[in-house]
Amino acid sequence: MNAEELRKDFPILSERINGHRLVYLDNAATSQKPRQVIDALRRYYEHDNSNVHRGVHTLGSRATEAYEAARERVARFIRAKSPQEIVFTRGTTESLNMIAHGYARAKLREGDEIVLPPSEHHSNLIPWQQAARATGATLRYLPLQPDGTIRLEDVEAAVTDRTKIVAIAHVSNVLGTVNPVREIAEIAHRHGAIIVVDGAQSVPHMPTDVVEMDCDFLAFSGHKMLGPTGIGVLYGKAELLAEMEPTYFGGEMIDVVDLYESTWKEAPWKFEGGTPIIAGAIGLAAAMDYLERVGMAEIERHDAALAAKAVERLAEIDGVTIFGPPPGQSRAGLVTFNLGRVHPHDLATVLDARGVAIRAGHHCAQPLMRLFNVPATARASFYLYNTEEDVDALVDAVLEAKEFFGHAIG
Amino acid sequence: MQLDDLYRQVIMDHYQHPRNRGTLDESAISVDLRNPSCGDEIHLQLLVEGGVVKDVRFLGSGCSISMASASMMTEAIKGKPIEEAVELAHSFRAMMRGEDVDLEHMGELEALQGVSKFPARIKCATLAWQALERAASVPHGEHVEEETFGE
Repeated sequence: MNAEELRKDFPILSERINGHRLVYLDNAATSQKPRQVIDALRRYYEHDNSNVHRGVHTLGSRATEAYEAARERVARFIRAKSPQEIVFTRGTTESLNMIAHGYARAKLREGDEIVLPPSEHHSNLIPWQQAARATGATLRYLPLQPDGTIRLEDVEAAVTDRTKIVAIAHVSNVLGTVNPVREIAEIAHRHGAIIVVDGAQSVPHMPTDVVEMDCDFLAFSGHKMLGPTGIGVLYGKAELLAEMEPTYFGGEMIDVVDLYESTWKEAPWKFEGGTPIIAGAIGLAAAMDYLERVGMAEIERHDAALAAKAVERLAEIDGVTIFGPPPGQSRAGLVTFNLGRVHPHDLATVLDARGVAIRAGHHCAQPLMRLFNVPATARASFYLYNTEEDVDALVDAVLEAKEFFGHAIG
Repeated sequence: MQLDDLYRQVIMDHYQHPRNRGTLDESAISVDLRNPSCGDEIHLQLLVEGGVVKDVRFLGSGCSISMASASMMTEAIKGKPIEEAVELAHSFRAMMRGEDVDLEHMGELEALQGVSKFPARIKCATLAWQALERAASVPHGEHVEEETFGE
């Protein structure tokens, strides 16, 4: 793949930021959108816009067909057995909350355990805290190695017959570690537990095969994979979605409505109460077309190579601390770091003055920040349109920040 | 955008050498304020006698702007009637919103005016001042813990 060529598809990348070329390294927060996705949204609104699954007019049929075709597109993208295993949601957070509400709360009993690492994003942590509080189940945390990895022997030790749910990110949004979800799924299943995979940082960056991974649920967001904001996916194995209760009730999701009780459509439609996110789903399908044209395996290699280069060069700077796997060890396409005692917000401001956009803060992982004993960290995350020139710009800007704060902070 | 507009020398000096850093005893007014979106924290203590800020101390963690602003604030309000301190807080927040304020009575605080040009950093500069406004409405010996909303 040729990142320089791909950049031409992303209008925002020609923005000038504070007089500099935009170096967008906040892809783990949200990705930029190619013209193909923006055009798909415009085409839908200009030619096909209508509500779906109701009405008999032509536009209604066109919108419904496009929306359901998007569902098929998603199913193909993650190699699901059937489009009916794909529920459209607002994003990863909503998907995970729907599982915790509609599935976990009905299944969990006092004494049951939910196993998860302490490095999870708040959205794959708080829903389980709440489900545990509501049911009397308890949370059991997996230990992390100093490099942020999880050892399978620790998973073997933590997962028992009391475990009902294992919740884990495929790729950590802070550490950049790639967790061995297939092996963890096998351990969970051996004990009769289900595994919920947070794919927010993995599905956009690597090939995904839910059957091979054997996850029971997978959650991810469209906006982190070139799609619009406000669209996400909840994948669930057909038999689990059949058991799962809807979280929202209203139009679109019903079968028969009586004065005192009602019945629902089958999955996935019973989970999509109200007018669904039609344009979002169509935009996501266009994003998936784009990504597959480039090639997910190619993107995975590209992002990881840039992150590896960034880690290597940042680690050479005196005063830089790298979190997660050290240089030379495998990691996904992001790097979290700090520069001496320079606060990440100060660092990010200096970088922004050079057009370099990174994330600074707790990355929605406060327990992990406490483990590191830092209030916040800086994070650079890469995607298919980033180049080695972007890594150079990052490193140069960090060196400039060091110079800028060096005399004051030491 | 000029970084020197933001990181003025006096600000870096207060960040490196914070004034009035520490704690007062339990009879003081204590306010803990936290910005949940960025994690900056301040523990502000005030001793008000006869309507005058007799002593003030702070502890906290955060970026250079939030800690320097806290340090500069303690110097600015020490010895002032509490009403004047609160008025100063209002003027400071107005300055952060980019409104015209009488810079003459802002003294050293004028150095923070540049923050108003960095919208993402305004909340850093105002954290200590929000804690001060909260402290002014709390009786001695009371301890308040809150999160900031907006700003």
